[in-house]
Amino acid sequence: MHAGKRSVAAWVLAGPALLVIAVFFALPVIAGLALSLTDFDLYALADLSTLRFVGLQNYARLLQTPLFWQAFGNTLYFVVVGVPVSIGLSLAAALLLSARVARWHGFFRTALFAPVVTTVVAVAVIWRYLLHTRYGLINQALAGIGIDPVNWLGDPHWSMPAIILFSAWKNFGYNMIILLAALQAVPRDLYEAARVDGAGPLRQFTDMTVPILMPTLVMVGIMTTTGYFQLFAEPYVMTQGGPLRSTVSVLYFMYEEGFRWWNLGNASAVAFLLFIVIFGVSKLLLRFDRDPEGRT
Amino acid sequence: MGREAEVVAQLLPAFHARHPNVQVRVQQLPWTAAHEKLLTAYAGNSLPDLCQLGNTWLPEFAALDALEPLDDRVAAAGIPRDDYYAGILDTNLMPAATGAGTRLLGLPWYVDTRLLFYRTDLLRAAGHTRAPQTWAEWREAMQAIKQRGDARNFGALLPLNEPDPLFAFALQQGPLLNADDTRGAFSQPAFRRALDFYAGIFRDGLAPAMNDTQISNVWDEFGRGLFAFYVTGPWNIGEFRRRLPASAQGSWATAPLPGPDGPGVSTAGGSSLVLFKGSPRKEAAWQLIAYLSETETMQRFHALTGDLPPRRSAWRSPTLANDVPSQAFAQQLERVRAAPKIPEWERIFQEMQLTAERVVHRTQTAEAACVQLNAWVDALLEKRRWLRERHA
Repeated sequence: MHAGKRSVAAWVLAGPALLVIAVFFALPVIAGLALSLTDFDLYALADLSTLRFVGLQNYARLLQTPLFWQAFGNTLYFVVVGVPVSIGLSLAAALLLSARVARWHGFFRTALFAPVVTTVVAVAVIWRYLLHTRYGLINQALAGIGIDPVNWLGDPHWSMPAIILFSAWKNFGYNMIILLAALQAVPRDLYEAARVDGAGPLRQFTDMTVPILMPTLVMVGIMTTTGYFQLFAEPYVMTQGGPLRSTVSVLYFMYEEGFRWWNLGNASAVAFLLFIVIFGVSKLLLRFDRDPEGRT
Repeated sequence: MGREAEVVAQLLPAFHARHPNVQVRVQQLPWTAAHEKLLTAYAGNSLPDLCQLGNTWLPEFAALDALEPLDDRVAAAGIPRDDYYAGILDTNLMPAATGAGTRLLGLPWYVDTRLLFYRTDLLRAAGHTRAPQTWAEWREAMQAIKQRGDARNFGALLPLNEPDPLFAFALQQGPLLNADDTRGAFSQPAFRRALDFYAGIFRDGLAPAMNDTQISNVWDEFGRGLFAFYVTGPWNIGEFRRRLPASAQGSWATAPLPGPDGPGVSTAGGSSLVLFKGSPRKEAAWQLIAYLSETETMQRFHALTGDLPPRRSAWRSPTLANDVPSQAFAQQLERVRAAPKIPEWERIFQEMQLTAERVVHRTQTAEAACVQLNAWVDALLEKRRWLRERHA
């Protein structure tokens, strides 16, 4: 086929998708960027002539706002603790499910995946009961082993761990399925060969399973990290950012700026700062995907 | 919104009987989501015809020019303005766009203010026969109660996440904003006196530095005598009756909020009924507002919800006139003062409390906190100053 014709065909085929991306992604992003350079607020909503172009002032002011940094710190805490916990849980569950001695695979796979397909808001309400200081099942279980009740959602030191616990429980099933698929792709005879060579279960795990899973782990890590940076629904439903603003995430902060105080200019600036952070962190994580010989 | 939206349906049959042609659809919103929802509805041009609006939200919707002035309709319907508590009605009066006079943008539906709930037995045991009326008397009473109890007892409960008590003390001292509401007055001596009094209660161990979420059940603790004074609002009259043990029922009372030198002003809260400018059915919507604003309807509404009516005539119903705890509210309502009427107020209000929290937890001195708060408020109000200059 002629090269020109081929490129026309490519454009025609890709066109609808590109159009959708342009209208529903590129345009809003550009509009958001433009908005972040203005002081769009309640007054501008009432009378557009009061809108002012402020350049990078929104960004400069945000970087001097203590609450923004607190929100950033809270989000970082959530990501740094939450991602390893969540992936660790997924990996453990995947290993258990792929073990030969395991029974009732189908049942456990479904049961462990179930939290992923539930609605955050609905299960968050249930978790609020579980975490209740006085009547919650979690504190009652802790009392059974002699631990004093923890004020999970009321104590600023425990609120974030509670949110992490909830998120890890909610999300680990998704990564578990992906890791399980990767594990099942590993030929069984490889493990047999290793066993013949005298490798114990631990060696098999560290020297075979982990390297084989590495590309999948990196992919899962990037997806989970970017997802966790966008923490919002959990604190919105469970704590409204409290106590003492200990569960205000960057996205929650953005939501308050935008829809509580109606400073859409500021809120857009927050969104772009978060985008830059997520972009940078993802880039950094991609480096782990290179093996020692330098092949990608 | 909230409980009121459930109850209003029970008031509607009588309205339908009188206005068979008007259909009413009530939509319930939870308080936590209502504010965003209404602002988004404004942006999306899908506001209802009329609505219940927290009176601190009125300035925002006034700034958006979304509310229909009610002055003429109120006059034509013969609703006597001076029957409303002046401080409460004032929260609905916004400066006219032309600069001269005011416009009435909402009609108060029910009121909310804060005052003292206290344990009469503990106060008497500490040697005080009547509720304190001044800050000094109050402090003294709290100290006496604290000295009598054991180390874990307190004089008062002022939950650290509630800005209203400090706000009331500040209102008693003077205005919170300056220069036609374009500058903060938080570094002025007036606010400082209020903050010092407030923080002093915590510093001297007379109140626990706690959020209300940290006290699992305030009524249990009040019944147990963990604290003797509690600054809170009218809904707690019903809650105290329902939740306090029978043994404690005879030993609590309410009293107007003490002031620096005699009974002081308190906050003018509550909800108003507003008519939106964009409504195509203003006449019908107004008929509903007028019906809900009648003395008799307000009395029935009070019977259903316990919400206190904003019209003095509605207080003549025997259930209110003979209800001792409510009477303190009747007195307090004669002394309430409106919050600054600017859209930014709610945010300043929250920031003020976060600042006070830092002072109470001693992570910042009162001096530094006031200066910082005032600078923050001045920065926030920059746009108002710019708008003012532009119009001038």
